[in-house]
Amino acid sequence: MDILIAIFPQVLVDGIALGFMYALIALGYTMVYGVLTFINFAHSEIFVAGAFVGVEVLLTLQAWGLLQDLHPVLLLLLVLLAGMTMSGVLALAVERVAYRPLRAAPRLVPLISAIGVSFFLQDVIRFGESLWRNAFYLTYPSIPFFDQRIQLTAFVDVPLKSLVVIVAAILMLVGLNLLVHRTKIGTAIRAVAEDQATASLMGIDVDRMIALTFLIGGAMGGAAGVLFGIQYSLITPYTGFIPGIKAFTAAVLGGIGNIPGAMVGGVVLGLLEAFAASYLSLLTGGAFGAEYKDIFAFSILILILVFRPQGLLGEVVRERA
Amino acid sequence: MLEVEGIHVYYGAIPALHGISLRVGRGEIVTLLGNNGAGKTTTLKSISGLLRPHEGQIRFEGMRIDRLPPHRIVAAGVAHAPEGRRIFNRLTVLENLEMGAYARTDDSFAENLERVFTLFPRLKERRRQVAGTLSGGEQQMLAIGRALMAHPRLLLLDEPSMGLAPLLVDQIFDTIRDINSQGTTVLLVEQNAYMALSIAHRGYVLETGRIVLEGKAQDLIVNEEVRKAYLGM
Ligand SMILES: Nc1ncnc2c1ncn2[C@@H]1O[C@H](COP(=O)(O)OP(=O)(O)OP(=O)(O)O)[C@@H](O)[C@H]1O
Ligand SMILES: [Mg+2]
Repeated sequence: MDILIAIFPQVLVDGIALGFMYALIALGYTMVYGVLTFINFAHSEIFVAGAFVGVEVLLTLQAWGLLQDLHPVLLLLLVLLAGMTMSGVLALAVERVAYRPLRAAPRLVPLISAIGVSFFLQDVIRFGESLWRNAFYLTYPSIPFFDQRIQLTAFVDVPLKSLVVIVAAILMLVGLNLLVHRTKIGTAIRAVAEDQATASLMGIDVDRMIALTFLIGGAMGGAAGVLFGIQYSLITPYTGFIPGIKAFTAAVLGGIGNIPGAMVGGVVLGLLEAFAASYLSLLTGGAFGAEYKDIFAFSILILILVFRPQGLLGEVVRERA
Repeated sequence: MLEVEGIHVYYGAIPALHGISLRVGRGEIVTLLGNNGAGKTTTLKSISGLLRPHEGQIRFEGMRIDRLPPHRIVAAGVAHAPEGRRIFNRLTVLENLEMGAYARTDDSFAENLERVFTLFPRLKERRRQVAGTLSGGEQQMLAIGRALMAHPRLLLLDEPSMGLAPLLVDQIFDTIRDINSQGTTVLLVEQNAYMALSIAHRGYVLETGRIVLEGKAQDLIVNEEVRKAYLGM
């Protein structure tokens, strides 16, 4: 019993950090879905692309011997910016090349295109890194500053990087929310999500708003990729698949198309998974272990789809005329 | 100001307009009359760029606009209040009005907002309300108010009086006359032919995708056929 209580704060912090990472990725799915009612299956690779750019920046700085010299906050900003730029631009390019020409096609067609893009990007990353570094499994160099442990209670300490992940994610989510709900551009994106033809009659360039949605969603995914690398170190071209599906689950859980929903869904899922991973084996005397944690995410996906398809915060989706 | 020349418009393979030509001069109110399915909405959609004519030309202030996307046509000075309100249900009243003024880059927003709120005090009271929860009549007010926010040089109105109480209908027509006298040219589609003709300068009568009659409003209003077909007399 004591151990259950002792590890609680640690698990809580881990779960929240994981949850916000899911939330950041989920935004890409949910925003694109909100505007196009289309699931961008390549988003998991857009996330991974951000993680790889992050590791490349850090490895380069390390090679130059700058990793220790740069101020940690500056370093973080630099890596985040690089990852976000890469993923944002990549999402923009994917939309332009693989989705826009298919916008009038039946729904299944862009979906298949997205799956194709997903495999394509995995292999491009693998190929590029193999050529460049002779390896496509890369680890984020450790940044001593972020590896410091913060004493939460007398018995519990957590690595600073977990807190950094949480703070960075919260700041970005708040910023995005302000953008979408408090600015003219954000209102235009929501108008396009609701009725493209009428939005165009307002003078809104619908194609541009759709592109912007991909850019923002992609950038958030790229930030998540960098944070993922900082938190868990090891990344591969195939790293995106599981977090991608879980973030998608988070988006569905919160109500797909709904931005606050993606955040709530992400955090709920992250906490659930963290607690399952640490407590399952303790509670079942070792019968079930952390390896079963993924079952929770997917069970939730199925339960939500069956019992509350509109998600926790979602409204019942209306078909557009 | 607006010249539509022999446009043919199709929905898929089905023709809806068979060579429509019409002109709207600067400062005019022109009305487009016709039975259900005659092609009035189709004509307005072609002008605002939602539909692309297969043949023919549309010019606004001398510039060809029939190949431009809708947002460019709005930027050129044409606003279109579409049929059936089409307000943004999930945005607030104020946000809807902001979207109406989206294409305006000058600082006329406050002034236009004031004008709309004076016209429809109801909207001012409910400006923070989500538009989807407005009553039908309020939504119609919002749809018109939103179009006025663009303060366009040419305003296309598709059945602005639909679903409004008679008192409000009068008010809407007064408004149309007002904004026209302040310099906005209007192309008006209306079921209420009598009202439309009483404020319009000229009118066109559309039948199954063709213009069958045109003339000054005061002539059309006494025209035998028009009286029978559209004024129920
Ligand atoms: N999206 C569409 N697809 C196929 N046919 C259409 C479409 N929209 C309109 N039509 C057809 O085009 C013709 C003209 O329609 P339009 O909406 O322009 O008529 P209208 O004069 O505005 O009628 P109303 O007074 O009922 O609004 C009709 O025969 C209609 O059935
Ligand atoms: Mg019509």
